[in-house]
Amino acid sequence: MIYSFTCIICPLGCVIEIEMENGKIKEVRGNKCPRGKEWAIEELLSPKRIVITVLPVEKSELPVVSVKTSQPVDVRKIPSLMKYLSELKLMAPIKIGDVVAEFEGVKIIATREAKKVK
Amino acid sequence: MEPLPQIPMMSYDVVVIGGGPAGMAAAVKAKELGLNVLLLDENDYLGGILPQCIHPGFGLHYYREELTGPEFASRLAKRLVELGVEYKTGTRVLEIRNCSDLEKVVIFTSPRGAYQVWAKAVIYATGARERHAFEIGIVGDRVSGIYTAGESQTLMDIYGIMPGKEIVIVGSGDVGLIMARRFALEEAKVKAVIELMPYPGGLARNVMILRDFDIPLYLSHKVVELRGKGRVERVKVVRVDENLNEIPRSEFWIEADTLIISAGLLPSVKKLEQIGVEIDPATGGPVVNDRLETSVPGIFVAGNSLLINDLVDYVAEQGELAAEGAKEFIEKGGIESRKWVKVEKGENVRLLVPHYLSGDRDVYLYLRVARPMEDIELRIPEIGKRMKFLVVKPSEMLRIRLKAEEIEGEKLTVRVVKV
Repeated sequence: MIYSFTCIICPLGCVIEIEMENGKIKEVRGNKCPRGKEWAIEELLSPKRIVITVLPVEKSELPVVSVKTSQPVDVRKIPSLMKYLSELKLMAPIKIGDVVAEFEGVKIIATREAKKVK
Repeated sequence: MEPLPQIPMMSYDVVVIGGGPAGMAAAVKAKELGLNVLLLDENDYLGGILPQCIHPGFGLHYYREELTGPEFASRLAKRLVELGVEYKTGTRVLEIRNCSDLEKVVIFTSPRGAYQVWAKAVIYATGARERHAFEIGIVGDRVSGIYTAGESQTLMDIYGIMPGKEIVIVGSGDVGLIMARRFALEEAKVKAVIELMPYPGGLARNVMILRDFDIPLYLSHKVVELRGKGRVERVKVVRVDENLNEIPRSEFWIEADTLIISAGLLPSVKKLEQIGVEIDPATGGPVVNDRLETSVPGIFVAGNSLLINDLVDYVAEQGELAAEGAKEFIEKGGIESRKWVKVEKGENVRLLVPHYLSGDRDVYLYLRVARPMEDIELRIPEIGKRMKFLVVKPSEMLRIRLKAEEIEGEKLTVRVVKV
């Protein structure tokens, strides 16, 4: 089985192919640098993403505040993370950098200020 | 229109129009350079589009760390406030009047009434507007459920409102792809991204979103029609050939309740056109010199109203450059006229800024190629400059440093050629 990725480490955008045989990596090709190889293997075996969303805030000037995860999250965990987040309701005021929640050790950090309504 | 006599006229060195990254960076720099600045913005909050760009990827050059849009905006806004830059939100500029080189009047409304202020120089940083459905030839029923990508971003990420449940996105530019991810994460079904060109329009890291969420991308396709009763119900898609002509009998329908248009941005230059600023049809923004001064002396421009940028870092850099230009303009009573070196587009160059170089300072040339190419050389034959690139794409702006001493002669032609 051959898996193909367009590398995003730099603007070159190498098309990297990983050939798998019996659940093991047989060959990685197409990368012009070692970082690309490392990236593609991680993309195949355990891809991770910073997750961003907005959460509702009560008593805030704007009804939602934007948040991000403190670290990249395994993509297989993203649906359960999103489900957990969808049940949250925050309270103003919130400052940028505030840890507003935590999910399996991953901090959820506010990226926008939520000012309290006067 | 006569001046409104009942209002006392305040006087500033520089009025900056637009409080996004270009305008804030310009206002901060102008203040740091000792100028008396007023910044005007039409939103209720500073930051322009950044507060709704909640994804990471901002600031790697400008702040040397990766930030989300709101974080980038708040850093600039914090600096602006620390420096005591005067700013007004909720304003709308009606007119710029160019009375003489060092006497300009900016007329604007705010929730507190109409104002006019004197300015010696104006920095125009109003960003861009999005192309809408009617500009890309989509016909059909007059229904709700049609949004630009930016509008849907404002709804979701500023106001927490979902625009729809079953989404078709027109255009695979960055904003469209980023919104595809937002919709998918919030459990809307993104049924398709439709791209006219044979290659995706966005950065590779954003194209990856499609794989993450199993979203089908139709290259060389276009949406031509939409149907529904009151609300979008289905959209008609056709395939196009290499000349972008519709292929007969290739059409099919996709059921969706929402159509998102991500068909590119156009520099917003209306108030500049009114005072006769020369516009470059390739960028849609003004023709500028290496201080980012337009063809009207003392009117400077930066950010997406100059040309559409990919990176906020370059937008902020342009804001600072315009502020430096304004400072020089005010001190010397004008940017010294000299023999400008004209920069011309050669083969495979779609657009290029700035258009005129003085040769007395180092500059960045910002340019986009006409099509994706591999193993190319960027050449400026007049000065024997050559730079190699393994890959260039229209979606990724090139930024080329030219040293002052390299800039000479009548003109420089920038060519992109296969080696």
